[in-house]
Amino acid sequence: MSNLSRRKLIKAGIAATAGLSGLGVATHFAKKYGLIPPDSGGIWGLGETLTYASQRLLTRHSLAREFPRSMISKPPLANEMAPPSDAFKRLQAGGFADWRLTVDGMVAKPTSFSLAQLKSYPSRSQITILACEEGWSYIAEWIGVPLSHVLDAAGILPQARYVVYYSIAPGWWDSIDMADALHPQTFLAYGMNGGELPVGNGGPLRMRLPRQLGYKSVKFITHMSVTDDLKKFGKGLGSAAPEGGYAWYAGI
Amino acid sequence: MARLDSVPATLAAREPSSAPAIPAAQVTSRHPALVRITHWIVTLCFFALLVSGTEIMISHPRFYWGETGNVLTKPLFQIPIPSSRALVPTGYGYVLPDQNGWSRYLHFQAAWIMVCTGLLYLIYGVFSGHFRKNLFPAGADLSWRALSSDFANHLRFRRPSASAAWSYNALQRLSYLIVIFVLFPLVIWTGLAMSLSFVSAFPVTVTLLGGQQSARTLHFFVSIALVLFLIVHVVMVCVAGFKSRMRAMITGGAVQKERP
Repeated sequence: MSNLSRRKLIKAGIAATAGLSGLGVATHFAKKYGLIPPDSGGIWGLGETLTYASQRLLTRHSLAREFPRSMISKPPLANEMAPPSDAFKRLQAGGFADWRLTVDGMVAKPTSFSLAQLKSYPSRSQITILACEEGWSYIAEWIGVPLSHVLDAAGILPQARYVVYYSIAPGWWDSIDMADALHPQTFLAYGMNGGELPVGNGGPLRMRLPRQLGYKSVKFITHMSVTDDLKKFGKGLGSAAPEGGYAWYAGI
Repeated sequence: MARLDSVPATLAAREPSSAPAIPAAQVTSRHPALVRITHWIVTLCFFALLVSGTEIMISHPRFYWGETGNVLTKPLFQIPIPSSRALVPTGYGYVLPDQNGWSRYLHFQAAWIMVCTGLLYLIYGVFSGHFRKNLFPAGADLSWRALSSDFANHLRFRRPSASAAWSYNALQRLSYLIVIFVLFPLVIWTGLAMSLSFVSAFPVTVTLLGGQQSARTLHFFVSIALVLFLIVHVVMVCVAGFKSRMRAMITGGAVQKERP
């Protein structure tokens, strides 16, 4: 082995060691500051982690763009969905008077809210884009109660890291980190364009996350669970989306 | 014109004297190692982005201008292909299988690798003089006369002379510069401008483009431009001598004269 190649080898060794320990330190801090998404394992983990980590570093508090009323899409779009379950039809027949939203997990007071209760909280509205991962989009006015208000009412515990939410439709659930859960534009929406939220758009109650793609805005919300560990839910990937092959974080 | 690599690596020195006699002056490293490695990583990422991007587009092959667009909106234009979603009126009686999950994962992973590789290449290009020596055309080569003669030679598929082949001509330089400094930045920008979260922090990146759907339409057009470049690039490589050019971009070693 010539001197030159030995020197090269030593240099490469030092670089590799520095790189690996740098990666170790980066992973430690990424975990500490919650920059690793629940679907970070597997072959797509690299891209997902880079996307989620950079979004958390750049956009934690930024507000989704809001639009003038004149830009609301007319006529409003309601995308296709599975036929409603019998449980849903029964509640619908009763004018959703018996619709409940139960909140449990890491909260001081596990609570079951009625729609009337949710509507009695200060209502907020936003005119934002709902964009689907497929490529289409529309603008609507969304009326509801900020999720943070509901979480406060249930008394969220300091160790909480994620909010998991479920639709009445079986197998339809998702989750968000606290940055999104406490974001002022994250709503439990019950109204749209000045009226009730139509069933086609997720009525009577839908999650509304204007900074993420439409599939995170799960329709027909009946249950939420606050947690510090998404591993306990489903297959441990964070939500039904990664179980079905889609990314957990959809702010891209 | 400057040679592609100012340091002629003498292969002959490394080879035993019994090797076929190729004069040392004729064999040289045509492309630096970093350029070769980044070239192939980018190639791989580009194909991944092209396949996954096409796959995502199939779920809604309609394009719009402005902030919003959906099946109730009149499209700017529509690609006449079947869709992977039943809601899209395509005129076809069937729906393709949904492949968006892995397509989206792959699209963003390839985009990250491509952007990181691109940054490495940019830093190298600036500090090594690669851009200055090999890509920025000399003033005289930019005259209409010189450019149109280059262009005419290309159209006639005329092979460059042995000495001219060692350096990029002005037309080549211009196309590479446009790809590196215009099309790639544009495709990244228009891609980011579709991200709801990214534009919440940097709203001007989408308003400058005319809206989120405009960004999507522009992303499509810039991708088409990149595909056109790829086609011309590959055709030109074949015209100039596929074997020698591939060898040059893989091992760096190239024989000056293309042997039949």
